[in-house]
Amino acid sequence: MRTLVVGLAAIVALGLAGCGEQPQVVQYKQGKYQGKPDAKPWDSPEFGGKQADWERAINTRAQHQNEYARTGPSGR
Amino acid sequence: MARMKFLCDAERCIECNGCVTACKNTNEVPWGVNRRRVVTMNDGVPGERSISVACMHCSDAPCMAVCPVDCFYKTEEGVVLHDKDLCIGCGYCFYACPFGAPQFPQAGAFGLRGKMDKCTFCAGGPEKDNSADEFSKYGENRLAMGKLPACAEMCSTKALLGGDGDIIADIYRQRVLTRGKGSEVWGWGTAYGPGGQKPPAAQPKS
Repeated sequence: MRTLVVGLAAIVALGLAGCGEQPQVVQYKQGKYQGKPDAKPWDSPEFGGKQADWERAINTRAQHQNEYARTGPSGR
Repeated sequence: MARMKFLCDAERCIECNGCVTACKNTNEVPWGVNRRRVVTMNDGVPGERSISVACMHCSDAPCMAVCPVDCFYKTEEGVVLHDKDLCIGCGYCFYACPFGAPQFPQAGAFGLRGKMDKCTFCAGGPEKDNSADEFSKYGENRLAMGKLPACAEMCSTKALLGGDGDIIADIYRQRVLTRGKGSEVWGWGTAYGPGGQKPPAAQPKS
């Protein structure tokens, strides 16, 4: 009798094990970026994490678009 | 640090499509996708104007607001980027964008849409900077090299300016003053013409 009860309990336990509901998708947070984090542009080997150096390089480069600065007053 | 911006000077753009070519070549953008294009207003009519248009990296970007999977993010420099691994290619961002910036490559038969592709301000994406993965998904990360977007740097007439908003605004202001024009180069009248102007399409039908 005891074996039968234990056996039935085991069958019920095994049978119900398939009924458990596990979350299968990521937890979605409305309005929050869900993707991978991105590195800062100044974290590259060229700038070694120095934001000021990167900003200086970018701003110098931006000034190259100003031909008045490149050619001087005679270019006006 | 101000925000990264594009500014196209319609007085200078000669519709050469050099920016489009530079973008396609630098980022190896797939066939059928144009991250940047040149739009001409009043084409063929004296006084026509062209501007180069791509993602404007809006301060309050509508694509970010409508994305159902929140795959967009904005960097500290104000560049709007997205994670292609999350994108489901639904196309909501395309409908929301006033500039038509989001593009969708054909991913299969019957016009099946792939993951969204758009201008990254040459800042890559959320993969390791300048890795093969980043290049194949998003193109070159020129910002991490200390360079500006290829389209702006390649522009032959320097009509398309890119970089820190404060700096390119200063460059444009200097140009405007050098041209000898005043306040009329800014604002509604310049963008849309003076009030009462006849539309150029008023031509006899053949």
